[in-house]
Amino acid sequence: MTAELVRGQNHPLPHTRLEIRVSAGAPVIAGATLTDDNGRVPGPEWVVHPGSPALPGIEVSRQAAADHRLAVDLGALPEAAHRVTVLLALPEGAGGPGRFGAVAAPFAAVTALDGTEVAGYTITGLDTESAVVALELYRRQGAWKMRAVGQGYAGGLVAMLADQGLDRAAELAATIHGAVARGMTRSVAAPPPRTAEGDCARHGASLTASAAPGDTAPPAGPPAGPTPTAGPAPTAGAPAEPVADGPISYAHPRRATAPPAPRDGAAAAPPAPPGHPAPQGPPGRPVAGDATGWSMDERLYNQVWGMFEDLARAIAAYRSAVDFAESRMDQELDRVLSDPRSRIGTAGDAARAAARAKCDELTDRAREALDRDLAQLIAESEVVEPALPVAYADWDNPVWHGYRVPGETPMALRLGDLHLPEQPGLRIPMLMRLPLERGLWVDSGRSGSEAAMATDDGELRRLAVDTAVLHAARLLAVHPPGQYAVHAVDPAGAAAASFAPLVDCGVLAAPPASGAQGVSSVLAHLTRRVELVRMAVGSGATDALPPDLDTADQLLIVNDFPHGFDDRAVTQLRYLADEGPAVGVHLLLIADREDASAFGPVLDPLWRSLLRLTPVPDDHLADPWVGHAWTYEPPRLPAGSGVLGKVLSQVVGARPHRWR
Amino acid sequence: MTVNMTKGQAISLQKSDGGTLTAVRMGLGWQAAPRRGLFGSRTREVDLDASAVLFAEKQPVDVVFFRHLVSDDGSVRHTGDNLVGGVGQGGDDEAILVDLQRVPVHIDQIVFTVNSFTGQTFQEVQNAFCRIVDETNGQELARYTLDGGGQYTAQIMAKVHRAGSGWQMTALGNPANGRTFQDLMPSILPHL
Repeated sequence: MTAELVRGQNHPLPHTRLEIRVSAGAPVIAGATLTDDNGRVPGPEWVVHPGSPALPGIEVSRQAAADHRLAVDLGALPEAAHRVTVLLALPEGAGGPGRFGAVAAPFAAVTALDGTEVAGYTITGLDTESAVVALELYRRQGAWKMRAVGQGYAGGLVAMLADQGLDRAAELAATIHGAVARGMTRSVAAPPPRTAEGDCARHGASLTASAAPGDTAPPAGPPAGPTPTAGPAPTAGAPAEPVADGPISYAHPRRATAPPAPRDGAAAAPPAPPGHPAPQGPPGRPVAGDATGWSMDERLYNQVWGMFEDLARAIAAYRSAVDFAESRMDQELDRVLSDPRSRIGTAGDAARAAARAKCDELTDRAREALDRDLAQLIAESEVVEPALPVAYADWDNPVWHGYRVPGETPMALRLGDLHLPEQPGLRIPMLMRLPLERGLWVDSGRSGSEAAMATDDGELRRLAVDTAVLHAARLLAVHPPGQYAVHAVDPAGAAAASFAPLVDCGVLAAPPASGAQGVSSVLAHLTRRVELVRMAVGSGATDALPPDLDTADQLLIVNDFPHGFDDRAVTQLRYLADEGPAVGVHLLLIADREDASAFGPVLDPLWRSLLRLTPVPDDHLADPWVGHAWTYEPPRLPAGSGVLGKVLSQVVGARPHRWR
Repeated sequence: MTVNMTKGQAISLQKSDGGTLTAVRMGLGWQAAPRRGLFGSRTREVDLDASAVLFAEKQPVDVVFFRHLVSDDGSVRHTGDNLVGGVGQGGDDEAILVDLQRVPVHIDQIVFTVNSFTGQTFQEVQNAFCRIVDETNGQELARYTLDGGGQYTAQIMAKVHRAGSGWQMTALGNPANGRTFQDLMPSILPHL
């Protein structure tokens, strides 16, 4: 029966295998320390935290979250451990609340494995504290008990760890916050709200709207009609009305029975979707562009995000069924093992076989359901991929051969592919909204993944620059001529070969800057631009900007960071990363975090503010719904393809005169 | 046509032509608290919450409520928290949609509950009801009138569970007390 504890109260624990559930009003870090019989934590290896999430008998999450489930097996803890202290802390510098007083009271409960709650405790009365000891589980006369503690620390993790008797508390606290911050950089932001608001944001961000006449308005007119999102809640089985005309599709995003709405003539020449002429096809047959949106561009974007979410959820359903089947089998096998009758005769074998068969049966059914979902998504992917416009298309898509410079900026950009181990062949385009809200960081370090470990250091750095060049080339190709300028900084000149495609066709604003002097002049130029534009926007005087100011969006590629950077340059770069995106200055950093370790924690906010991409496949990205670890696959040019040079020369050729 | 179910009555979610039902919706509606006096902001709003708990062999696996609007697998969706209720004209103020075909294979029961988050008992709430609707044709399968329902702050309303290859619904209508579904877990378990 559930007991609701008050501060200081204790309660016996009926089992040794338990789960501790924590829910808080904001993402929190959960950790635990093990204490010896003197009441001291012998060393940092006795602490489980996001940076080192597992010890024998206890496991915590790698990320900060509003809800945690910590698995605890008291029987598996080291003999010397006499007490387990469960800690909660607010992550530092994540823009979240800095004190527990600002969020709902955290709740911690100990539950049995079947979910029945043993005892719960709501930690009330917290104010400026940013770390709190929630519960203690402790040995008392050979049995385990728990106690509600609720001791808060205004000094945060450091003070709390120091209070536990750890010598190097500050160091450990920094490690923990670092691990959590890395976890945050790993997550993919949820898709921003669609349609009207998104377009407004785009307008607001592109300050050039009044200064540059070439900047066309977002696709489609003002939201005069009912917006697509105002439709009824997704109602299963209710067939959508066929749309007679007009740009709005009332079709359910992923219900493929309705014919797609006619294409919007204003869309930037996407090829006709192959499924288009077959509106009366068999039900369930997917059609490209079968999602809501004002333009084909937007419909495809929404469809791709719909596929992303559906795949995440289908896999979540499969994994939870398989996990359940396995844990049930484990329990049944345990039961057989502990039953003395099963030791004689064949009854035990039969029971074990039955448990395995039950597990297999459920797993098979789960796989069947997954295969059904995957087949649908694969079919959808097969019609959607060829229909994608250049901004969303893979480099081997034929649409690149018919490339023409666009008249307007697309909604989003493909940064690579995402897939999950259950179906590596099904790749979801990773689409990010434009203008980019965060800078990009192509990680040339070898510590990230197995693939990176297996790659030679020099080779990895070369791949990183190649990948960055592809991102930059795509950004150039999808912006209207004269509205996107790319600067490169290559302090040591180490990547001349990789930059060649950009340099040779003259698409860069200037040759890659080298040396410390080159670095500081490029940074000074961009910093001045950001400052001027921020001032002009802040005072509502965009027409007072100096005439020589380039109103185009700017991309700064920095290779080999922090080579050639001094403190001042690093500060400028951080300023650009923080303030640049709002006024159209974006960063593309190629760096190995190790190289910059000499700068210490000063750079942590920089890494955190950038979206980490890798030059080799790496499973570091999480989806916003279920949090699977998706494998990111960087873009690659097909071998021997000349498409990049062709596209870039068209970009240069279409530029207004002063740009050449 | 409304089927007013009695406690414990089970109905099979099979269509008359033999096809199984594919989607159900749990709806919850109540009337907003009347504005009181000069200081309208001090009116005690009534916040009822609908939740659905997904069980696999009596173990809670997932839950859909106002803090977790979509089950991880995407088959159960909450339309969003309503904090004040509607005008009390019979529309659903909160709804939970269940796509039964997409429910993961190990989930065999889904229990629907109603809780009074602001703590008013059902006696103090006006025009409150909850119902289960066959989402394919809008037919009401079960309906409970909550107001005047005594000194309770929660109800374990109904469950849908697997039966053969399809799903069955059992009306529970069991009064209970609690602020969120978590408080109800001990009272739910006997119904599984």
